[in-house]
Formats: sequence, structure tokens, C-alpha cells
Amino acid sequence: MNARTFRIGGVHPEENKLTHEVATQVAALPKQAIFPLSQHIGAPAKPVVQKGDKVKVGTMIAEAGGFVSAPIFSSVSGTVFKIDTAIDATGYRKPVIIINVEGDEWEENIDRSDKLELVKDHPELTPEEIVNRIKNAGVVGMGGACFPTFIKLTPPPTAKAECVIINAVECEPYITADYRLMMEKADQILVGLELLMKGAKVNRGYIGIETNKPAAIELLTKKAAEAFAGSEYQVEVVPLKQRYPQGGEKQLVDAVIRRQVPAPPAIPVNVGAIVQNVGTAFAVYEAVMKNKPLFERYTTVTGKQLKNPGNFIVRMGTPMKDLIEVCGGMPEGDNKVLAGGPMMGKALTSIEVPICKGTNSVTILTGDDARRKEAQPCIRCAKCVGACPMGLEPYLLAKLSDLKNWERVEKEDIVSCIECGSCQFTCPAHRPLLDNIRQGKSTVMGIIRARNAKK
Amino acid sequence: MSKLIVSLSPHAHGNDTVERNMYGVIIALLPALLVSFYFFGLGSVIVCATSVIACVFFEWAINKYVLRNERNSILDGSAALTGLLLGFNLPSNLPIWIILIGALFAIGVAKMTFGGLGNNIFNPALVGRAALLVAFPAQMTTWPKVGQLGSYLDAETGATPLAIMKEAIKSGDASVLDQLPDAFTLFIGNHPDGAGAMGEICALALILGGCYMLWKKIITWHIPVSIIGTVFVIAALMHLANPIYADPFAVIFSGGLMLGAIFMATDYVTSPMTPKGQIIYGVAIGFLTIVIRNWGAYPEGMSFAILIMNAFTPLINTYVKPKRFGEVPAKQ
Repeated sequence: MNARTFRIGGVHPEENKLTHEVATQVAALPKQAIFPLSQHIGAPAKPVVQKGDKVKVGTMIAEAGGFVSAPIFSSVSGTVFKIDTAIDATGYRKPVIIINVEGDEWEENIDRSDKLELVKDHPELTPEEIVNRIKNAGVVGMGGACFPTFIKLTPPPTAKAECVIINAVECEPYITADYRLMMEKADQILVGLELLMKGAKVNRGYIGIETNKPAAIELLTKKAAEAFAGSEYQVEVVPLKQRYPQGGEKQLVDAVIRRQVPAPPAIPVNVGAIVQNVGTAFAVYEAVMKNKPLFERYTTVTGKQLKNPGNFIVRMGTPMKDLIEVCGGMPEGDNKVLAGGPMMGKALTSIEVPICKGTNSVTILTGDDARRKEAQPCIRCAKCVGACPMGLEPYLLAKLSDLKNWERVEKEDIVSCIECGSCQFTCPAHRPLLDNIRQGKSTVMGIIRARNAKK
Repeated sequence: MSKLIVSLSPHAHGNDTVERNMYGVIIALLPALLVSFYFFGLGSVIVCATSVIACVFFEWAINKYVLRNERNSILDGSAALTGLLLGFNLPSNLPIWIILIGALFAIGVAKMTFGGLGNNIFNPALVGRAALLVAFPAQMTTWPKVGQLGSYLDAETGATPLAIMKEAIKSGDASVLDQLPDAFTLFIGNHPDGAGAMGEICALALILGGCYMLWKKIITWHIPVSIIGTVFVIAALMHLANPIYADPFAVIFSGGLMLGAIFMATDYVTSPMTPKGQIIYGVAIGFLTIVIRNWGAYPEGMSFAILIMNAFTPLINTYVKPKRFGEVPAKQ
């Protein structure tokens, strides 16, 4: 297989895809579901229910809080217990809606049948209608970044979309949710891709998959050839060489269409690409074709010491603790529980944190895997420079950030950092490079915002 | 319930360590070390052992009694590596007391004064060698002939290939070069009349070590290839222009070129951080080596060329940046 990849840097973490061949199971309903109002990039959603209100599965419980925002829907039926705060994946207490679960009653207008709806059978679906339905269903990027999907489909007038790239890379170790989704819902994903292409008014689509998932590459290649034969759409499944962070938007665009997105504030559509996660494509299918808002998702629950790691279709709002129990409970010893994978996941301060729109995995690292090693002096080996997929110099950015030399660190392009962690992963001296760089980046971004506000 | 560990991402690590890299270089030096034992015998064993033990001892003592560091850095392998490289640069008949002075310079002056591993500007082993060369020019420029396995201080010395090359240039007589062994003999290092520093005698062993380091991703190709390539190209042009200059194969296989290009110039701490910078650094070292070898006071210019470019490394790091993502023009 002649696999492509991105052109700068990258690392190769151990895969640890323990749950590749574990078929997805439907997770049990929680007793109580917790819905953080901030499950996406942008303004938090605004609650539209009150304590004591009855809700059904699919009832909107919070509306979009601004243009860059997304509504939130209940994944359960029951009574609103309270609107309060709870610890979320960031470790801070944030506003949430808590619902006591009673039965499992769905909104009537959601199509719960398994029938595959095709775009050609629905002439009413104009591009505007598609984008509108996606927006109203609260669909956001499901790969973890959670950027509202409808905004990506309506690029700024300065940019012109030419293709949709489906991100099915899943380059994070451990996580297999996207892989299971592809193996189990390939037809729906392809319809979702067609909807995305139609919504963005483009006729080219790519699906980027790493070569460690040969079955998914084969399946989707075959199905895509059938589904799009004779249509106006050209869809290509692109096998990609295994390399982290290929699932990063910019790296994926480079790998698939050989174009590099310029430094921020440029976004992929500036080079013609709209990148959507494979989970998002599925969510788009369900939202547009089944009138089903985004309230459940595929999530991997995994860890080397976990008794029965698995893949789940989970109602959002389910506390991670419930899923960990199903998988055999917390392993003995000291654990680090991650929302996401080991490269970019967030370590949780509590396992009561619920599954949200962007939670592709609950990864449990145990013992030595959970701990960092002691940092040693930098030996200036330049391995971080070689690993940085953005062509930056991590050792320098970390040092300058540590010295609080904001002016120089801005000149060294710190805002281009995508926080993938390749530098720290590769550092033989175990230096906390990304800790320092994050601090520098957020300070510099604050300085830039203040400067722009003055103008 | 047991506690939860919280830290920022990434939570995975590639398991590379400082020790793995340092000991990796030492492993890569083993073929050359064995060859030097084979060619120079007892003297080689004494010089190398003294140098390694002295470097580790000085690092330990300075850590403990001068800097009073709680954590002693001797186990990271860098002091032993400096000792081995210093030994490789010395003649195998050098008295122990001179080696001790060299080790003290290398570790004490060049490394620990600047703050230890990672902070030194100049390659410690080369500083040690340069200090000895200035302080003891006679002892440091007489090189034992190979094959005197049982001898140490009493070893018979001979003219190195580089001295012969220099003689040819000085006299302007190309026939002087006829004394040189052929390039293949230089490559293997097995020339009974030949002489030189013990670690640099066999280009083959050093190249093997270099391949090992490339395979283990301890170094990248940029520095060695740019140095050797530059020297080869300039030497070839000069040889074509005037036969008093030795042929390029003899030039790259003699003296400290391979040792310097593969093991000394690639020292992490003192070489540039970007591939582009490393190539600039390598080309400059190659150029300076030729200049010093052909027109300088010493027959060998490798170590001075590296030391000079060590001084330029911070400047190169400041001005030579890697290609940032997004600067590549879009391909249609």
C-alpha cells in the first residue's frame, strides 16, 4: 500500500489498541445524567429547562449561547433534578444540568428505525437545509476539539471550500471508537460524508485512515466505490502511514492533499479543505436523516490493567464511573484516568465526570504508566525539533516561556503550537516541555488579543 | 479508594533516556576501541582506562565537593563518554599524569564550570585535547607505530599520514606522498608504518559505529555527511588542481576526520539544533579542517575546526530556523 503521511516531524507511540476487535455494546442508562453546558468550543449553552421539568430523550435542554456555540439535548427521559455546577474534564466546577432518569421515552419525531436513508431520496435537502439541521441538532466535531460543525461548513467569504476530508485516522494510542464505528456503520458514514459535501457545496471527498486499520480501509473503499458510482461526487479512501499526530487537522490536510495550512489565524478551509471527524459524519447522518440530535456517541473505555476494556455506544451525561464499573472497576494502585487518549487526553480529578460530545475515550493508565519520570537537564539533542510537526523548536519555546520572554517567544511562532505533545514524548531528559510551552502560548495569545483590542 | 494522578498531556513517553543515548554512543565506539587495543596493545588500554576513570572521578568529585549537588550526574554516562573520546584523541604512549591534566581540563574546565551536562559551549573532550596540545606539544605530536602490543611509554613512534601530507605541501614535492599507504589500508587502519591517535586509526570501525548510531536514531546524518562530504569535495578539487595535495580518499580516511565527524562534531550539547544549522556547521567544519590541515601550524585541523564552530553554535541556533509548517508553497 502506497501510504501517504504529513511532511514535518511526528512520532510513533506504542499503539495499545486493546479493543480493536471488541464489538461495540450499548451502555446501560445512568441513574442520573449530567450535562455540562460547555461541551464545545465557544459560548456555553443557555439552559431552557427548569428544575422539575419533564424531559424526553432528544429534548433540547440548553440552546446555543452565541454564534460559535451549540445546543445541548437530553440523552435520557426523566425530571430535571437541578441546574448546578459540577467538576468537568477540565478539573474546574462548571455549570451543568442534572437529570434524574425515569424510563426511556424518546421524542416522537426521532426516527429510530435501522433503515438506511439515502440523499437521493430526499430532494428537500438543499445545502442550506442540511447545514441548518446540523446546526439545530447540536452537532460538533466528535474527535475531541468539539468545534460546531455548521460553522466549518459555511466558510468565511475569503476562503473557498474544495473538498471534505473525513478524519478517520485515530492516531491516538488506545482509542478504537472511530474504528468500531467504521466497521459497524460504514454506510451511514458515507451518507454523512455526502451530506457534508452537499452542505459545503463541494464534490470531492477523502477519507484518511491509517494503515493499522486495513479492514476499515478495505471496507470503506469497497462501500464508497458502490455508494458514489455514477454520482457527481468523487470520494477516495486515502491510506495513511501510521504517524502521530496525523489526526491533527493541519497534518491530515497535508497528508491527504499535500497542502499546508499557513500559520494561525489561517484554518484548513484557507487551503480548500473542510476536515470532519468520522464520528461527526455519522452524527450528521443521524441528525439530518433521522432527526436525531447529538446525544449519544461511540466511546472506548480502555487501559492495560482494566479487566474488560470495551467500546460503547454511550448516552452523553453518563458518568465515566458507570462505564469503568462495567469494564471491571478501577484497577488496583494509583491510576490516571484520561478523557481521551494518552497523547492529548485530559487527566481527570474525578471519575464522576460525564461522557460529553467530545469524549472519544476513557483511558486508564496504571502504576508507572501513570507517572512522569523525573526531569533531567536538557542535553540539546534536538530530538524535539525533529519531532515537532509544526516545524517549531520546542526546547527554545519552553526555555523562553520559562524565562517569560514573551516578545521573543512570540517571534518564534509559539502560537503555531498545536499542543500535540510530540516534543515531550520524545525528550530523553523527560523535560516538561509542553507544560512550559502551553503557559507561554496562552500568555502570548492574551497579549495578542489585548493588542488587537487596542487597534 | 486509591488516589487519581493528574498531570497535563502528553501522558505517554517514548522511553528514550539520556542514559540510552550516552551509552549508545559508547557502544558505537566499541569497535574502534577494540581496534585500538588490537593495534596499540597495552598503551591503548592504559590511556583509555586512565582517561575514562579520571573523567568520571573528576565529575563525581566536583559534583560532590565543589557544587555539592545532591544528585550526582556520573551515572548518566556523559563523563565516561567524554573520557573515552578524550582517550581516543591521545597518543597511546602518553604518560598518566598528562592524561589526568587533560581529563581535569575536559570535565573541570570545559564542562562543570559551565554548569554540567547540557550547558557547556565547547566539546569537553576536545578542550582537554587542545589544552594538552598547547601545554605538551612534543608528547602530543609523537605517535606510536601500530603493532607494539606490549609497550607503553617506550613505544617507537612514526610519522602520521597527515604529517606526510603536510610535508608534501611544504616541500611542493608530490613524490613525498608516495610514502602514504593506499586509501584502503588507511580505511582499515592496518599500516605498520602508520601512526596516529589511537581511536582514529580505523575509519571502518568508526563508520560502523556511526551506522549503529544512525540506526538507533542517536544522531542524524546531517553533521557527519556534511563534514565528510565537504572535505572530500574540496580535497578532490585541490588534488586535481595540484598533485602535491593528497587524493581525497586518503584525506578523509586519515587523521581524526572520521572520529571528529561521526563522534565529536555530533556531540548534542555543542552542535546546532536544526537540520539546516547542522549542515551549515558541518560544511564550515569541513572547510576549516582543510584550511588548517593544509596551511595551519598543525598537521591535524579537525579538533580546532570543531572547537571554532562550537563557538558559532549559539549564533547558528539564533538565526537558522527550521522550516515552519505552512511555509511550504501550496502544491496544486
